[in-house]
Amino acid sequence: MSTAQQIDTNTSVDVMTDTDQYLTFILAGEEYGVDILRVQEIKGWDSVTPIPNTPDYIKGVINLRGTIVPIVDLRHRFSLDAIPYGATTVVIVLKVTSDNGNRTMGIVVDAVSDVYNVAAEEMKPPPDFGAISIDYVKGLATVEEKMVIVLEIDKLLNSGVMENAEALLQ
Amino acid sequence: MAIDITQFHETFFEESFEGLDIMESGLLNLDIGAADNDTVNSIFRAAHSIKGGSATFGFTEVAEFTHGMETLLDEMRDGSRDVTQESVDTLLQSVDCLREMLAASRDKTPIDVDRSEVLKKELESILATGNNSSTLAASGELKDHDQASESNDREGWHIKFTPHHDMLRTGNDPVRMFRELAELGELIVDVDISQLPILDDLDPEESYMSWELTLKCNVEIDKVKEIFEWVEDECDFELSEIKSETPAPDSAEKVQDTSSEVDTSATLHRAIAAKPQAAKAAAGGKTPANTDSASIRVSIDKVDALINMVGELVITQSMIGQLDCDFDDFDNSRMEKLRDGLTLLERNTRELQESVMRIRMLPISFAFNRFPRMVHDLCQKLDKKIELKTTGEQTELDKTVMEKIGDPLVHLVRNSIDHGIEMPEERLAANKSETGIIELNAFHKGGNIIIEIKDDGAGFNKDRIKAKAIERELIGSDEQLSDDKIYDLIFQPGFSTAEQLSDISGRGVGMDVVRRNIRELGGNIDVTSEEGQGTTFTIRLPLTLAILDGQLVCVGDEIYITPLVSIVESLQIKEEFVNNIAGQTELYKVRDDYIPIVRMHDMFGIGTKRESLEGGLLVVVEGDGKKAGLLVDELLGQQQVVIKSLETNYKRVDGVSGATILGDGTVALILDVDGLIDLSRNPPAPARNQESSIREVA
Repeated sequence: MSTAQQIDTNTSVDVMTDTDQYLTFILAGEEYGVDILRVQEIKGWDSVTPIPNTPDYIKGVINLRGTIVPIVDLRHRFSLDAIPYGATTVVIVLKVTSDNGNRTMGIVVDAVSDVYNVAAEEMKPPPDFGAISIDYVKGLATVEEKMVIVLEIDKLLNSGVMENAEALLQ
Repeated sequence: MAIDITQFHETFFEESFEGLDIMESGLLNLDIGAADNDTVNSIFRAAHSIKGGSATFGFTEVAEFTHGMETLLDEMRDGSRDVTQESVDTLLQSVDCLREMLAASRDKTPIDVDRSEVLKKELESILATGNNSSTLAASGELKDHDQASESNDREGWHIKFTPHHDMLRTGNDPVRMFRELAELGELIVDVDISQLPILDDLDPEESYMSWELTLKCNVEIDKVKEIFEWVEDECDFELSEIKSETPAPDSAEKVQDTSSEVDTSATLHRAIAAKPQAAKAAAGGKTPANTDSASIRVSIDKVDALINMVGELVITQSMIGQLDCDFDDFDNSRMEKLRDGLTLLERNTRELQESVMRIRMLPISFAFNRFPRMVHDLCQKLDKKIELKTTGEQTELDKTVMEKIGDPLVHLVRNSIDHGIEMPEERLAANKSETGIIELNAFHKGGNIIIEIKDDGAGFNKDRIKAKAIERELIGSDEQLSDDKIYDLIFQPGFSTAEQLSDISGRGVGMDVVRRNIRELGGNIDVTSEEGQGTTFTIRLPLTLAILDGQLVCVGDEIYITPLVSIVESLQIKEEFVNNIAGQTELYKVRDDYIPIVRMHDMFGIGTKRESLEGGLLVVVEGDGKKAGLLVDELLGQQQVVIKSLETNYKRVDGVSGATILGDGTVALILDVDGLIDLSRNPPAPARNQESSIREVA
């Protein structure tokens, strides 16, 4: 019994330290991070089935073991210049939560980079200007002298066309 | 040995609610005065199972309450009591009450004792009064055997009880039964453990022991038998009476009072009739209690079909396996066999897939069943005369859709009863028959399931709807509206035309919710009405999860699937049949029909090599009663596809009803013909204008 309690306290200590792990990826030379617990899998780029009458950045849908998963090109989403997809181009499949439940979506990025531990207090709030709306940025972290832009994927991927869709439903 | 009995609760409740449904529909079908014996029997059996189950699981209030109903039903069953309107009504109310009690037990909330007490009194008073004399006579006859064996000099009962090996697995615990017996009187238990194997061979889930029980107490045989009722077909059970003259219990066992044995078997038969449900409850209970409460009842046919198919699959697999795959000397004859095998495999897989899908499908009667009762009750309340007709109860619908369509249907039927059908006098005055008719029809049409709710009542009063809409400021006072638009107003939030609010309907919170619920299911609802003639609501639901027969078509580089059911024909375009209206809308003459041409490339923004229409392929489709010709590049094969939702992870896309996965693992979109036709009338604004980049939004 006492051992069990000890283990309990140990784990809770772990939780207390409040470090989150982030998977980072490269997009046009910058390093972006997403909460690793949201990452379902990383897969190589494969052709998609385009969906008619959707914005450019929705590349289309893929078959992920029987589930239809929409793929967002993050370069398009951030209005960066498109580059041809190459050997390092990957799709990161993420779980996105919204008011209407969970969704699975994939994002196309230039390459995956690393996994970092970032303590909550090390996270800096994003400056209130810049290319993309701060709504989509959770914060900025500094890892090994580099800046990592940690994304708020729920807001990012639920915004835009999905938002319109939900608004229409109401 | 203690079994956690609570794990069976869920099954019990499920069984009981089902039993209640059986009772309810049975009661509604009873003809007053001339009750059909089978119906009464099935009602009785349902009540009996609920009583037994609730007693076993310790829901005493439920058991006691059901006992009263059971007694009344028993008398109806053996003909000693006439089936009167009064008793049927009381029984119906009791069914409601019982349902509430069970729901309360399930949710562990306190039971509304007042209501059950009132009804219990009512049942008792019915039992006490009425054709009492005949009751006595008949029940006397029934108890003849008992009385023969019943004597005042009885000292008790001798019971020889040998459970079958697998009795424990059905959740029956002998200790519990003995404890119940001990409550009746002094109990002496002798156990015979001669059959007990050595410890190594012992299976703790099997029962090896038998018991000889001596119950020293003068109780009715029924009381004793009731305790063993649930295990009757899982044990050998002998019951004999101990008379005061026969002091030694062993001799009593040998002498064996024949009459009591006959009686045992007689009741046995009766109990067996009531058994299947109980046995099922026990068997179903074997599966560990699931945390997720959603479960599904599947007819045994479907499961058998599935098992057959798996059997065939295994055979095919071994057949292919036998061609040992040494590719060096792979000659033609083997190639042939392999090809045959693969064809067979393909067929098996398809059939297997179909049957698995069918498991989720339930006949729509599940949703329709509640209506006879509702109509019955509301008619009484409103003094209206209404006949309910249903057709297509066997139309199968996905379980999730079924659950969600229930409430909207109730609402619509209620509306029809309350507002649609007029009072008998009004009907007579309007030259209609006194009894109004409400029809519920379900059928397949064009890849959809259609549910119609049709009444022959007063119909909508267009002027009143319009006046109301103006009053509620839903429309401007000088707006000119087509009939369809006017009817559409009733689906607006907060709209109700009922002159008086009643507690049945008319609060105006309904129709918009109905429409929203149906839209959430991907369906839609339409209404047509004719004043004085009646109103028809048509609900169109997609066949979710179903397999669809599709025609693969090629547009540019993309493959799309057109539901085969919506295709009328496919033809090659001849320029001379193409006409233009105002230089824009292209029409194609198919025999005597002019149908609009929908250029799929333009519609979906796909590049095309096609320059002219001449020689192009036109797939003529029909949706929503309208025809259109889809211009495509190529017709590929036909195949069955499994519908996957786009909305799970994305959102609804106009003109596309879903997606599927083709044999090569890629995704193909399934065309929504109705949507496409609508889309071709109001082309979408180019997507780029809606939102091109985040910079603009930010």
